[in-house]
Amino acid sequence: MNAPFEGIGASVRRKEDLRFISGRGNYTDDINRPGQTHMVIKRSDRPHARIISIDASAALAAPGVVAVYTGDDFANIGGLPCGWQIHNKDGSPMVEPKHPVIAHGKVRHVGDPIAVVIAETKQQAKNAAELLVIDLEDLPSIATTTDALKPGAPIVHDEAAGNLCYDWHLGDADAVAAAFATAHKVVTLDLENNRLIPNAMEPRVALGDYDRHTGDYTLFTTSQNPHVIRLLMGAFVLGLPEHKLRVVAPDVGGGFGSKIYHYAEEAIVTWAAGKLGRPVKWTAERSESFMSDAHGRDHVSTAQMAVDKDGKFLALKVHTLANMGAYLSTFAPAVPTYLYATLLAGTYTTPVIYVEVKAVFTNTVPVDAYRGAGRPEATFLLERLVDAIALDMGMDRVEIRRKNFIPRDAFPYQTPVALQYDSGDYFATLDAALKSADYAGFPARKAAAAAQGKLRGIGVSTYLEACGIAPSKVVGSLGARAGLYEVANVRVHPTGSISVFTGTHSHGQGHETTFAQLVSDQLGVPLSQVDIVHGDTGKIPFGMGTYGSRSLAVGGSAMVKAMDKIIAKGKKIAAHLMEASPEDIEFKNGVFSVAGTDKQKTLGEIALTAYVPHNYPIETLEPGLDETAFYDPANFTFPGGCHICEVEIDPETGVVAIVNFNAVDDVGRVVNPMIVEGQVQGGVAQGIGQALLENAAYDASGQLLSGSFMDYTMLRADDLTNITVGTENTMCTHNPLGSKGCGEVGAIGSPPAVINAVCDALNIRHMNMPATAEKVWSIINGRAAG
Amino acid sequence: MPQVTLTVNGKSATVEVEGRTLLVELLREKLGLTGTHVGCDTSQCGACVVHVDGVSVKSCTMLAVQADGAKVITIEGLAAADGTLHPMQEMFREHHALQCGFCTPGMVMAAIDLVNSNPLGLSQDEIRHGLEGNLCRCTGYHNIVKAIDAAQGIMHAPAAE
Repeated sequence: MNAPFEGIGASVRRKEDLRFISGRGNYTDDINRPGQTHMVIKRSDRPHARIISIDASAALAAPGVVAVYTGDDFANIGGLPCGWQIHNKDGSPMVEPKHPVIAHGKVRHVGDPIAVVIAETKQQAKNAAELLVIDLEDLPSIATTTDALKPGAPIVHDEAAGNLCYDWHLGDADAVAAAFATAHKVVTLDLENNRLIPNAMEPRVALGDYDRHTGDYTLFTTSQNPHVIRLLMGAFVLGLPEHKLRVVAPDVGGGFGSKIYHYAEEAIVTWAAGKLGRPVKWTAERSESFMSDAHGRDHVSTAQMAVDKDGKFLALKVHTLANMGAYLSTFAPAVPTYLYATLLAGTYTTPVIYVEVKAVFTNTVPVDAYRGAGRPEATFLLERLVDAIALDMGMDRVEIRRKNFIPRDAFPYQTPVALQYDSGDYFATLDAALKSADYAGFPARKAAAAAQGKLRGIGVSTYLEACGIAPSKVVGSLGARAGLYEVANVRVHPTGSISVFTGTHSHGQGHETTFAQLVSDQLGVPLSQVDIVHGDTGKIPFGMGTYGSRSLAVGGSAMVKAMDKIIAKGKKIAAHLMEASPEDIEFKNGVFSVAGTDKQKTLGEIALTAYVPHNYPIETLEPGLDETAFYDPANFTFPGGCHICEVEIDPETGVVAIVNFNAVDDVGRVVNPMIVEGQVQGGVAQGIGQALLENAAYDASGQLLSGSFMDYTMLRADDLTNITVGTENTMCTHNPLGSKGCGEVGAIGSPPAVINAVCDALNIRHMNMPATAEKVWSIINGRAAG
Repeated sequence: MPQVTLTVNGKSATVEVEGRTLLVELLREKLGLTGTHVGCDTSQCGACVVHVDGVSVKSCTMLAVQADGAKVITIEGLAAADGTLHPMQEMFREHHALQCGFCTPGMVMAAIDLVNSNPLGLSQDEIRHGLEGNLCRCTGYHNIVKAIDAAQGIMHAPAAE
């Protein structure tokens, strides 16, 4: 009987699910240490204020209180570091104000930590935090992106004049100006990309532990990249060497970017655990998440495209203001620059592009990468602009896209904004999506809806993104302060079972299954014999974590390389055992055989020999079967595709219903189709959430108005219909798997598809997200501009 | 401190709690049943749903003392004694209805009550409406709806003679 196929291409059920559906997941808040104390954070309720005094005497005297710490305690400790330095147009570096672990001197956003109380129980810590007497003197504050650079605007950091963090550009300004001067037409569109709050369902948690016997620190934290946290916190904040600091990120309940960054709470609990000689645990309440997790997006842009009389794109000019919030989060400066401006060629042959980006400080929560990170902003701008061009030119929205697509035979394709796409076929994804969405049948459906008094619209988005982050040399030259390779250690145990230690991290993506399928495929062992281990710097050699849809393309490639080494060594052992030359040994389906003979040895037999080397080429080969590979990708990967959204609007209420959503993506080689479909459906849902419902609302002073699930509208099951997902894949040409990545495509491609559909239904040129019922109703009733 | 006696997953437990202790805190912190999660502080997300006397309850919204004398079932208590999973658990796995797994325990508990309360069966639209008290950030819900739809077929099937 043949074993079921479990390798690349099989929709096997997830290995991790059994513990999750049985309540046996091991999330950070499920972990408790003996003698543990609890930390509660007193956060600023003011957007901008001077700290006059903090009187902790009553809090310190309260029952159960162990310690109170303020910014003074951290004044001589490093601030939270920023991992990416952007340079201004003139070559000078960006302004990088210190981000204190606990606010010192001033608070700069609602949610900025002012003091922490550590007590025997959480309730005691909460009670005592209420007894802190904090005297704040309000300062003028600024929250709105567009107002931050205006003369006379309140200043967030004294060292950042005019609230400017950087003034950066990319592309050829002169060539764009020349093209604009002679173009048939220049189409202009002003747009905003709404600020979002990531809201992974698991709030952040940090638990610091200190071993007084060894002097070792352990941090348990809800992180997408424990090695990065170890490096940032150890080297830049607390001055702890790597060998004395272990960071564990166990099961993590979603991240979407928000758990990439090194947060203050991680440093506080680790430092305090050492200070107190006791474990210190902090668990965010959801209201804290809203005001302390990094937010996403928040761009204000003007886009202009020069076109010829046939609708061919000649030159693109973009000006963007990007809100950084009050401090620079770990990767914030890279998002509106190298993850955004470089994407503005999209799927089109636009020959010249010029992009200017000004990043500004405001009295709001720091903004950083959120699912897609820069690429959704670029895609929304471009795909909305293309619809506006079609409208202004009286052209068909699909045909103008086809006319400007990068031809199939033009790959590798060098864009004018630095990237070189290795592969893609935008015609194939477009055609498949049009078919799947029954685009041709839309006029009849629109007429039928109109007969019912409903407004129907359809929207198309033909997007491209860059992920598989990233070639270290390239990102280093662009300001990254880290390498972005990935690491895999493949350990074949003496009896043939296998542990794979990966530096990537799974927080919903299903790595324990997908990566085990890679091993099953390459080494010919059943999935049940493979364990994927992640999330512990004490077990895994190194790694850069999971974000930017990098885990399979980069981390999976590292595994392939490590398994290549296993096979190469196995061949030498097999050759010795079977008295043949290593060149004559073939490896297939878990069996080493001598070519042209019936002599063979299983991987298990070779593994046992490697660990019990009685009959072994010991003079030339070390025992053991355990190999590590560091894989640094040669290029980004470039998924792309077409999303088509059909909406129906009730003009009486302004409610937008998604009646049909079809995504056809090119994600390269697919390992587990079921998981890919789930990733795209989830990504599209988040994109629809951005387009229709979600908005991080601040008042002009910087008070967060959407500070709970009561005010910030999360998509619910009845807001959605089925999302039909298909793939039309071209292979990545530069990694051994051919995989491109699928984690972010949904959130990148979908928002403009939704808004293009809404604009089509309302017969308007543009509206900004989210298309809430109130906004749509106001447009229908002439109370607001489109 | 008040004393609460309740049955959790078939086992009797007597614990001392503060008056303000929530049922979810009792389950997680006193009984170590960490399968029940806390995802918000406004009773919106449903990660903490358990069954109290057979009805789904957001355990962050019920005081522990209110559960005195109650029979509570959590995600850990769903499988049969021999380890056989509840059909809802099976169908969640079969239909890839979970990704990060954090909302899953509450989602499964809410879904079981939803199906039990509607013996005539639910349409997929009705399932979507029935999930309005549970948030998921990963899946886009469709696979959850499919899993519940499949599970109701099994749960309502006439028992084999």
